[in-house]
Amino acid sequence: MVILNWLTAFGKYIMMLKRVFRRPDKMRMFLKRYYTEIYQLGIDSIGIVLVISLFIGAVICIQFKMNIQSSWMPAWVPGYASREIMLLEFSSSIMCLILSGKVGSNIASELGTMRVTQQIDALEIMGVNSANYLILPKITALITIIPILVTFSVAAGIVGAYSIVYIGHIGTIRDLTIGMQYSFHQWFFWMGVIKAMFFAFLITSIASYYGYNVKGGSVEVGKASTNAVVTSSILILVSDTFLTQLLS
Amino acid sequence: MIEIKSINKSFEDKVVLNNIGCTFESGKTNLIIGRSGSGKTVLMNSMVGLIQPDSGEILYDGRNLLNLSKTEMIILRRQMGMLFQGSALFDSMTVLENVMFPLDMFSDESYKERKRRAQFCLDRVNLSDAGDKLPDELSGGMQKRAAIARAIAMQPKYLFCDEPNSGLDPKTSLVIDKLIYEITKENNMTTIVNTHDMNSVMGIGENIVFLYHGSLEWQGNKDEIMTSDNQRLNDFIFASDFSKRLREANE
Ligand SMILES: Nc1ncnc2c1ncn2[C@@H]1O[C@H](COP(=O)(O)OP(=O)(O)OP(=O)(O)O)[C@@H](O)[C@H]1O
Ligand SMILES: [Mg+2]
Repeated sequence: MVILNWLTAFGKYIMMLKRVFRRPDKMRMFLKRYYTEIYQLGIDSIGIVLVISLFIGAVICIQFKMNIQSSWMPAWVPGYASREIMLLEFSSSIMCLILSGKVGSNIASELGTMRVTQQIDALEIMGVNSANYLILPKITALITIIPILVTFSVAAGIVGAYSIVYIGHIGTIRDLTIGMQYSFHQWFFWMGVIKAMFFAFLITSIASYYGYNVKGGSVEVGKASTNAVVTSSILILVSDTFLTQLLS
Repeated sequence: MIEIKSINKSFEDKVVLNNIGCTFESGKTNLIIGRSGSGKTVLMNSMVGLIQPDSGEILYDGRNLLNLSKTEMIILRRQMGMLFQGSALFDSMTVLENVMFPLDMFSDESYKERKRRAQFCLDRVNLSDAGDKLPDELSGGMQKRAAIARAIAMQPKYLFCDEPNSGLDPKTSLVIDKLIYEITKENNMTTIVNTHDMNSVMGIGENIVFLYHGSLEWQGNKDEIMTSDNQRLNDFIFASDFSKRLREANE
């Protein structure tokens, strides 16, 4: 029964995507929405991304310096570990997990409210493909802005590590810099970006699916945004496992 | 003209529309009346294609809505305007942007032209100064009028209004009714209005369809409705003591 429900939902999700990925009715209107969404979903998230990454970068550094550090470990390890953890996992997967909470619930409740107040019906009556008009700009906007968010997150993490070394007097800046530069693979950065772009698609499309298909009233809108966050978080974690193996 | 032939619709076991057949004429305000829950909204939503009826035909000037391809449906929908029970204005846009929206979406005119048309529609519903406001900042009656302006922006052939008077005081209701009536005449539209407001029935009821528990019980105009001896219809229109006394006084 549960499996059947999942399959039905998946089928409906695919059908919705088929309506979403069409040529927009009017390019001008699409671009207008696209820029708004870039702002709402992307630019508006920069603050939270910077703050969280800054602290995580600092904390990783502290953990390695104070708790994991031991006599057999070279002094550059904390810098190296901070960089790799940010690049490989935090700035892509974990940041997207956090964004799925912020962006996902935002999208699901916006679309859900539009559904229950019949704004989506109003679009349909005008002869507008509402799925395409409302959802395509959201998906494309987050996918295009996410590489920038990833970059900011990595940078903020590194700044965080440096700040804590400087302010907290743990280790030396020089050791940290050696670690940061040790055995750098550019591909790791691109791997993070590719993963994040895939997660951006998951977050926006799943949240849109839940919001767009709300039936009922405000209680259902609330449920939809919870479901959107839970489902996209789980799918991000599951697909992260596969993607990481695939890209490594 | 819109013709409906033997429309049926059930939700699970509950029959909501039972073999309904009637005609709505162009250039007239056609009213669908009936008690709350009698199926007015379901009938209207079926007519515009938001609900798929189980069986029957819905003919727009002879073409069956239920047999149209997706593209034909979109073209037909661009000739429809609809006023929803809750106005359904886009709350992230100003009133003017709301009215301009269908034009932005489908018309190739210049920005200036589109804006002029939108402003004309706002003037028509006496909202000349409200263009810069957000829908939240308007009263219920103003929202209804803004929604009318948006519905007529594309000069539709068919106008659907679901309970345009719900939640409005009698005086404001009259203004909305009058507006709908005049716009219908000006543009020779086929207008269909869902209502349970007896003032509207007596004011603009040129062709009235009475639904009773999902069945078509009676069809006629506002003069015939007063003299009809259909018991269920009389129970509906003379539900209040006031109207009962009026009728007795008439007799
Ligand atoms: N989506 C649905 N699922 C199940 N039942 C429904 C659905 N929509 C409407 N109904 C049922 O259909 C019946 C008719 O509803 P409808 O909304 O058409 O009434 P109405 O005449 O518009 O009433 P009102 O004047 O209060 O708006 C109601 O009994 C309602 O419970
Ligand atoms: Mg209704």
